Amino acid sequence: MSSEACCYTPGLKRKATTVVRKTRILPIPGEVLVREKEEITADTIIARAFILGEVHVANVAALLGIEYWETSKYLLKKKGEEVEKDEPIAMIKSLFGLLKRTTYAPASGTIERVSDVSGQVLIRESKIPLDIDAYIPGKVMEILPNEGATIETPAAFIQGIFGIGGERKGKLTLVAKTPNEILTAAQLKPEHKGKILIGGARVTDDALQKAGQIGVKGIVVGGIDDHDLTTFLGYKIGVAITGHEDIPITLIITEGFGEMAMSEKTFSLLKKFNGKDASINGATQIRAGVLRPEIIIPMIDEVTESSKFEDDDEKDYLQQGLLPGTPIRIIRDPFFGALGIVSKLPVKLQTIETESSVRVLEAKLADGRHVIVPRANVEIIEE
Amino acid sequence: MTSKLRINTDKINIILATDCGSTTSKARFFKKIGDEYRFVVSGEAPTTVESPFEDVTLGVRNAVREVEELTGHKLLGSQGIITPSKGNEGADLYVTTSSAGGGLQMMVAGVVKTMTAESAERAALGAGAIVMDVIAVDDGRRPYEKIERIRYLRPDMILMAGGTDGGTITHVAETAELIEAAKPRPRLGADFELPIVFAGNKKARTNIKEILDETFALKIVENLRPVLEMENTEPARNVIHELFMEHVMSHAPGYDRLMKWTPIPIMPTPAGEGKMFQVIAEKYKINVVGVGLGGATTNVYSIYENEFVRTVSANLGMSYSICNVLKEAGTQKITRWIPFDITEDDLRNRLYNKMIRPTTVPQSIGDLVIEHAVAREALRLGFAHHKLLARPLRGVQRRRTIADIFDQRSFEETYIDMLKINLVAGTGGLLSHAPRRAQSALMLIDGFQPEGVTRLAQDSVFMMPHLGVLSTVHPEAAMEIFEKDCLIRIGVCIAPKGTASKVGEAMEIVVHKSDNSVIEERAEFGTMKRVQLEEGEKAKVEITPFRGGDVGKGEGKTRTVEIEGGTVGIILDARGRPVILPDDKNERRKKLVGWFQALDAYPEKLYELCGGSLA
Repeated sequence: MSSEACCYTPGLKRKATTVVRKTRILPIPGEVLVREKEEITADTIIARAFILGEVHVANVAALLGIEYWETSKYLLKKKGEEVEKDEPIAMIKSLFGLLKRTTYAPASGTIERVSDVSGQVLIRESKIPLDIDAYIPGKVMEILPNEGATIETPAAFIQGIFGIGGERKGKLTLVAKTPNEILTAAQLKPEHKGKILIGGARVTDDALQKAGQIGVKGIVVGGIDDHDLTTFLGYKIGVAITGHEDIPITLIITEGFGEMAMSEKTFSLLKKFNGKDASINGATQIRAGVLRPEIIIPMIDEVTESSKFEDDDEKDYLQQGLLPGTPIRIIRDPFFGALGIVSKLPVKLQTIETESSVRVLEAKLADGRHVIVPRANVEIIEE
Repeated sequence: MTSKLRINTDKINIILATDCGSTTSKARFFKKIGDEYRFVVSGEAPTTVESPFEDVTLGVRNAVREVEELTGHKLLGSQGIITPSKGNEGADLYVTTSSAGGGLQMMVAGVVKTMTAESAERAALGAGAIVMDVIAVDDGRRPYEKIERIRYLRPDMILMAGGTDGGTITHVAETAELIEAAKPRPRLGADFELPIVFAGNKKARTNIKEILDETFALKIVENLRPVLEMENTEPARNVIHELFMEHVMSHAPGYDRLMKWTPIPIMPTPAGEGKMFQVIAEKYKINVVGVGLGGATTNVYSIYENEFVRTVSANLGMSYSICNVLKEAGTQKITRWIPFDITEDDLRNRLYNKMIRPTTVPQSIGDLVIEHAVAREALRLGFAHHKLLARPLRGVQRRRTIADIFDQRSFEETYIDMLKINLVAGTGGLLSHAPRRAQSALMLIDGFQPEGVTRLAQDSVFMMPHLGVLSTVHPEAAMEIFEKDCLIRIGVCIAPKGTASKVGEAMEIVVHKSDNSVIEERAEFGTMKRVQLEEGEKAKVEITPFRGGDVGKGEGKTRTVEIEGGTVGIILDARGRPVILPDDKNERRKKLVGWFQALDAYPEKLYELCGGSLA
């Protein structure tokens, strides 16, 4: 089994300068609280909606010992009326009023349904406000009535390969000196509270635990051992749909599972923005048209008019697709992690070691080797 | 399900079929050559239903473009697929299935968990859905917990059953009230009403209308459990397919356009797949167990004594969900199928890396064997899940006969008797792309552990869903292509049930071939052997199991059967049932290598890799 890989570069977006647009939408219709062209901060509340309150059920017929169709008859409150928790809502008297049986409201709210078919009374709590913030600072470019808004900002933009934890904001703080370092608990200090830490090749479970205790907002690192991830989460991840974990920090890995040095380019980009505010999101959903974790470093101070801010002039290899000369990284055994340049793209299917006939490419690796690999096993990189 | 659309099959010469899968969109090009329809070529491209593309037709176009490049036949026009065909341009019929964007996701509800709720679950699964949750009056959750759960889920549709005709109304209404109170929102399209199919007590229809009609798009169909002794899932399944088109597909990105490209309703991929397994069972009048092993899910189908059951293990798959197989099975269950040294950490990190880069393919033989090991466990777990639903109807009063008393199985257990399964067949990328057919054969055998005499087959290049939807409008074409180009007959597995009573016992077979030649073969308990019998070649086989083994005639009894060969031929599996792997690491690896070599399943390079660890 190959263990040669030690230095990886991501095949995902890594832009030193670009324009990031984020459309922030409420899950249900509500009110938009910002105006078009308004300059806002990352914490500005963009829109607010009210979600229906919790529903509580009282099976009045069963509790009073009456028939279902008699439920309405013994109610003390009508549909639409407000009730307080533990307030009597239904009562039956017998033996000239000497014996009473009462049903009390299980929660405060409004009586939403009285059913003479099931004998149930449903009480709904008050509506709960639901706010969405801007997540990134910038200018409101478009209002989506009743839904939200699109915000635009000049920024550096880096995608990771996998993450856990949702949206968080904080200052980028470089902890690792090189992309090969392992981030351990010993390197974490109280002053890291509220920060997004940049590590190197791996983060250990104890570092994740300590980071959570200190109040670190996020960690960006090259790799993680699955064992450490499982220990930190307390359960195994089975499907790569993440972002909703109940954890105190957001973790973004840029390269993959195992000990994997962060790519030089990603590391130097993050190093360049050491001390800057960033917005990060670990949400990952690996499907066609994947959702990858992201690090956004807004650069409003550097650029005053976002309209004048253009994407950096790097060749956009991701858009072009595979061509001779395209820089690639191999992402599967036996050359996992190797960097190279596409030298040929044979049209005909070729038989590989497994005896499968697949579309391949020929690549010249950085160490001078010429190799043939399935096209499915490479990532285009932006070096 | 047969399409209501009438087409003039005489005018159909070129057929294009696509499947928009969760990872890949797959185009299959069929053509009438002489008097028969044949598969010509396939094209594949990543599915584009989700961000940043959010238009399923882009992926379909890319897949079809590959077909165009390979055939020189132009199919794409500015408005979609060019129809009808004329010379080197266009198709006469375009059909498609889809499971992109998560397929059809449903919640089902019933009154009693093991009766109407279970029937509703079977109906939804049979329609090709992924069942997100089953709500029942007696499911052990409190009303508020159920409401929370319903609110949290964002299904595409709800199927509600409950009450036999004339039975309970109260409990049906109770469940309906909880659903109404939860007001679940559909997964796609924030503004449209969530469809609810009510297939319960007909006496409760007025109450259900009163409770649900205002908030939801309510559709009422025949009761799927009119009496306890009968399950009638067909009307519910049909209406689910209609609603899938009307409400769900029309809100998925790009589907409004895709629906205009084809006059035939888009079918959920598993429904297309299941349809073809049913076709096999009906045509040959046999009991079938089929599997669709995908990237995200594992679908298992059984047609057993005319009873069709489909189950989906929504999180058991070979790419996105590969780590869920690891999670469910455990590392050791996977490594037990790997005959070379690999640390648990290495294995786990490899699988996690496959999960985050799901489109990669094994390049090294070691990687291939690891994926095949995971596949065996996905099949095993998927089938175990299937057997939980493929069981007799509950709640039915039964009169036990003397025979029942001797039958060890209870009514809680599956009715599937592996000795009576005639065919085990598989489809899905991993099985179809296995470099040697003997590899698929071994995966199917190890995953399902067929007993007695069982035919093995697989889909050649993953086109069963395509043919399933095609069969709804042009069954003859679908059947012709299926027989000639889709169904690969791998061979026959002969596997005695039980274990040998003493060391050195062996199974013996005598093969009388149609050219009058005779082959005699012997396989010692714990071993496997392969006997050549070409595809299409027929033979009569006398099988004498090892003492303690049963091939369908009773322990140790000889059975004579007519069989047909296949690409692998006859597989003598004398490992006994269940297959037990030795605990000792080296012993186990030796066994694995022995079985692989007996079937000529892997190239020599694998055994070089195992060499060190077997010393």
